[in-house]
Amino acid sequence: MAQILLKDLRKTYDQTEAVRGINLDIEHNEFVVLVGPSGCGKTTTLRMIAGLEEITDGVILIGDRVINNVPPKDRDIAMVFQNYALYPHMTVEENMSFGLRLRKVPRDEIGRRVSHAAGILNIGELLQRRPKQLSGGQRQRVAMGRAIVRNPQAFLFDEPLSNLDAKLRVQMRTEIKKIHQRVQTTVVYVTHDQVEAMTLADRIVVMNHGIIEQVGTPQEMYEAPLTRFVAGFIGSPAMNFIPCRVVNAGSGLGVRLSDDITLALPDVQADRYRGHVDRPLIFGIRPEHMTEQRQHTNAQQIDFSCTVSVLEPMGVDTMVFVEIDGTEVTARAAPRSVSPVGAEMAFTIDMNNMHLIDPETDRVI
Amino acid sequence: MTTPQPVNAPSLWARFATSLEDQRVLGYVLMAPALLLIVIFIAYPFVLGVWMSLTDKIVGTPGTYIGLGNYERLFASDIFLTAAWNTVFFTTVATVFKAVLGMWLAVLLNRRFRFANITRASVLLPFIVPTVLSTLAWLWMFDATFSVFNWTLRWMWQMEISILGLVLKENWGFFRGPLWLGDPDLAMASVILVNVWRGLPFFAISFLAGLQTIPPDLYDAADIDGASGWKKFWHVTLPLIKPVAIVVIVFSIVVTFADFQLVYILTRGGPNNETHLLATLAYQLGMGSGNIGQGAAVALFMLPILAVVIIFQLWYLRREGVR
Repeated sequence: MAQILLKDLRKTYDQTEAVRGINLDIEHNEFVVLVGPSGCGKTTTLRMIAGLEEITDGVILIGDRVINNVPPKDRDIAMVFQNYALYPHMTVEENMSFGLRLRKVPRDEIGRRVSHAAGILNIGELLQRRPKQLSGGQRQRVAMGRAIVRNPQAFLFDEPLSNLDAKLRVQMRTEIKKIHQRVQTTVVYVTHDQVEAMTLADRIVVMNHGIIEQVGTPQEMYEAPLTRFVAGFIGSPAMNFIPCRVVNAGSGLGVRLSDDITLALPDVQADRYRGHVDRPLIFGIRPEHMTEQRQHTNAQQIDFSCTVSVLEPMGVDTMVFVEIDGTEVTARAAPRSVSPVGAEMAFTIDMNNMHLIDPETDRVI
Repeated sequence: MTTPQPVNAPSLWARFATSLEDQRVLGYVLMAPALLLIVIFIAYPFVLGVWMSLTDKIVGTPGTYIGLGNYERLFASDIFLTAAWNTVFFTTVATVFKAVLGMWLAVLLNRRFRFANITRASVLLPFIVPTVLSTLAWLWMFDATFSVFNWTLRWMWQMEISILGLVLKENWGFFRGPLWLGDPDLAMASVILVNVWRGLPFFAISFLAGLQTIPPDLYDAADIDGASGWKKFWHVTLPLIKPVAIVVIVFSIVVTFADFQLVYILTRGGPNNETHLLATLAYQLGMGSGNIGQGAAVALFMLPILAVVIIFQLWYLRREGVR
C-alpha cells in the first residue's frame, strides 16, 4: 500500500512517442483509472509502472523509492492482464501460488493466503482445475486471485474486463469495486471504456495522444471538462458539439447556433464570454441537458424548436436526433413527449450545463 | 426388325453408379487408390521382408524356411551386437544433442533482431540440402590428408609455436591432426556430429514454431511473479513446449535409429565395424554379401524397438488431445 508518483514520464519507440511527459500523483489506497482511446499511451504507462516496459525518460516512484531500474519482481506490484495470462499447464491453485513459491514463502503460509483469496473471490471449488476448464469470468477471478495472494503495494489492471461479454462485464465491474473495498490497496486500472472509468474510479485520468488531458473525480470530469476531448469522451451518449457564435442580443449576450436559433445567455454567465463576441466557437451540450420543453424554474433554461429526423427509444428515455444548421444533434426526451419524425418539436436547453469551446485551442472557455 | 431393349434394365455401370450413393460403398471406393499404394509399396515389401528373415535366402537362390535361425546366428555374432549397441548409442547421444542445441537455437531465433527472418530461413539449409551431397562435403572435411579441420588446427599450432617464440617451424609437419574417420572413437563422434548438424534445423524450427505459440503475456506475468530468465524457461517455456518437443524427439528417434546414409558415405561402418549401425549392417549383409535372409533379420530387429517408440508417441498425442 503506497502512493505512486509519475514525474515527466516519457516513452519513445523508434520515432514515435507513445507517452509524452506525464505527471501524476496516485495516492495511498486510491483507485485511479487511466482511460482514453486506443493508442493514447495508457497501457504503455501502466506497463512502465509494472516494469515491463523500459522508461525512456522521467521518474516513477512507488512509496518513496525510485523504481526506474528495479526489475518487475522487486517492485512489489501485481498485475491483472487483459487475456488473464494464466499459466495453462498449472492448476488454479498453482497459478495463484506461483509467485509465492518463487519467493520461497513457507508452504503453510501459501496455503493460508490462497484459501483466503479464494474465499474473497468465491473460487474455492475451482482450485484443482486448469484454466482451460474455466469460463471467462472464472479465469478473470483467478487472475485477480493471483494478484491478491501476493498482497502487493499496488494492483495494476490492464483492460481486465474487455474479453468478457457485456453482462458479465457489468457484474465483474461491481465485483472489482467490492474487492477494492475489502482489500484496501492502491489500484491503477486501464480501460478504454469510459463507463468503467466512471463507475470504478476514485479519480479518472483521461489520456489522449500520449498526454494527460485531465485528472479529476468522475463527477468533475462529467460536469467540468477542461477540453473538447474530455467533454466528448466522458458521458454516454456523447456530448453534442455545434458550431456557434456569441453575439450581442438585446441587452445581453446570446449564443447563435443558426439563422433561426439564438439562445440567450443568462446574465450570470455573460461576463465569462464577453471577450469572445463574434468569434467562431463550439457549443457543447449533453443530450440529457437538451430535453422536451419543460416548465421553467429559472432563467437558465431556454426554449427553441427543431424538426425531428430520427427517434431511438431507449425505454426510460427516447433519443431524438435533430439537425441544427447541418450538424446532427441528439436530445434526450421523455418518451411520451416526443413528436413524430418530420414534425417540429419544442426543446428546452439547460444553459447551466452548456460549455463553450475555443476551436483553436480545443479548450473549454 | 430389332427387338426393343427393355427400358428399365439397368446396365452394370448404372448399377455401380447407384451403389455409390451409399456412403459406405463410396468410402471404400475413394480409399481404394491409397490402399492399393500402401499394399504395393509398404505392406508387400514388409511381409516379404519378414518372410525372407525366416529363410536362408541368398541372392540367386529361392531360399528355404529355417525358422528363427537367422536371429539365432545374429545374437551369436559380435558384429551384430556391436552394431546394435552402436545404434542405441548413436541415437541417444545424437538425439540429446539435437534436442538441447535445438532448444537453445530456437530460443535464440525467437528473439527479435535484425534479419531475423533471413536467419531463421538459413538455419534450415542443412535440412534442405540432399543428405548425400552434404555428407560428401563432410567426408572431404574429415579427409585424412585434405581435412580443412586439420589444416586449421595445424595453422593454429604453427601460430602458437611462433607466439611462444620457439623455433620449431621446420618441424611443424609432425602435427598431422587426428584421423577423424580412422580412429574408432573419433569416427563415432564424427558421425554423430554430422547427424546432429543435419538434424538440428528440424528441431530448431519445430521448437521455434512451438515457442511462437506461447502468448507473450505469460512471460509478462512470470516477470511480475518474480521469475528470472532461467525460471521462466523452466516453469513457462518448457512445460508449454513439451507436447511439440515430445513429438519432435520421438520422430527424430525413429529417423536416427534407422539412419543409413551418413554412415554409409562417411565410414561404411568402419573402422573395424566401430560405426556400424543396424541399417548399414543390414545393407552390408543383405546387399553386400548377398545374404538376404540375414540382412532382413537385422533390419527387422529394429521393428519392435521402433514400434514401442511409436506406440508411446500415439498414446501421448491422444492423451494431450484429451487434455
